[in-house]
Amino acid sequence: MKVEYQVPGGDFDRAGEASANIKKLLQRIGIPADVIRRIAIGTYEGEMNCLIHAGGGRVVAEIEPEGTVIIISDQGPGIPDIQKAMQEGWSTAPDYVRAMGFGAGMGLPNMMKCSDDFNIQSKVGEGSTITMKFLYK
Amino acid sequence: MKLNEVVTKLKLQQVTSFAKLDMVVQGGYVSDLLSNVMGQAKPGMIWVTMQGHHNIAAVGSLIGLAAIIVAGDAKVEQDAIEKGNDNDLPIFVTALSSYDIVGALNKLGVTNEQEKK
Ligand SMILES: Nc1ncnc2c1ncn2[C@@H]1O[C@H](COP(=O)(O)OP(=O)(O)O)[C@@H](O)[C@H]1O
Ligand SMILES: [Mg+2]
Repeated sequence: MKVEYQVPGGDFDRAGEASANIKKLLQRIGIPADVIRRIAIGTYEGEMNCLIHAGGGRVVAEIEPEGTVIIISDQGPGIPDIQKAMQEGWSTAPDYVRAMGFGAGMGLPNMMKCSDDFNIQSKVGEGSTITMKFLYK
Repeated sequence: MKLNEVVTKLKLQQVTSFAKLDMVVQGGYVSDLLSNVMGQAKPGMIWVTMQGHHNIAAVGSLIGLAAIIVAGDAKVEQDAIEKGNDNDLPIFVTALSSYDIVGALNKLGVTNEQEKK
């Protein structure tokens, strides 16, 4: 099963809709709770990055019998130095975003930690795509 | 310890509208950084924060927290309350600071010992 959600750029009022919907869907299917939690956390972090850093994007969930693949893509500014972006605490989030408690620079590390497989592709001026795989083990 | 016991003993004021608060609290976490909470807080915990915007309800419900306590008389936005109600996530307020409410929770026996074992 494949579902797709648009992530609105900069709209904090609608933030988290994709991850909340995917979570509900997985609950209905009966995926184990701890796996759903990992998927929800990874998707939320990716969704927020799209919203905050890339002017919006798209979340695709491919729900298969053995696992779920989450693909979060945007056509934003891209990430110049992925290694740096992956470091805990490194963030370019503006002050008003930090004031809300985002921008701690822990999103990408969280996404890597909670998924079974993590891949990040990014090109400056073209955008970024993050692929996370989660197994129901 | 059950959530309703915690609520009564610490005189927490609920801003959402749940009558049944009989879930067991599995310890707690305190932070105002959402990604830190996403990475560290566990299902069933109480989260103490001074953030009052609606994204706290999104974060809390994704993790499966027992409740959120917004400390220091910080204002909880209306859409946070609505989102809490929609997602079965009770939200409370207290005039105590984060430091003081966490101290009180610890004294009550709401600790993370269970989890460390
Ligand atoms: N989709 C994206 N587009 C452009 N830059 C991004 C994107 N995702 C992450 N980044 C960059 O990587 C940094 C680190 O991301 P992250 O670990 O999620 O921390 P945070 O979002 O708290 O800043 C961001 O501050 C930003 O500079
Ligand atoms: Mg982030």
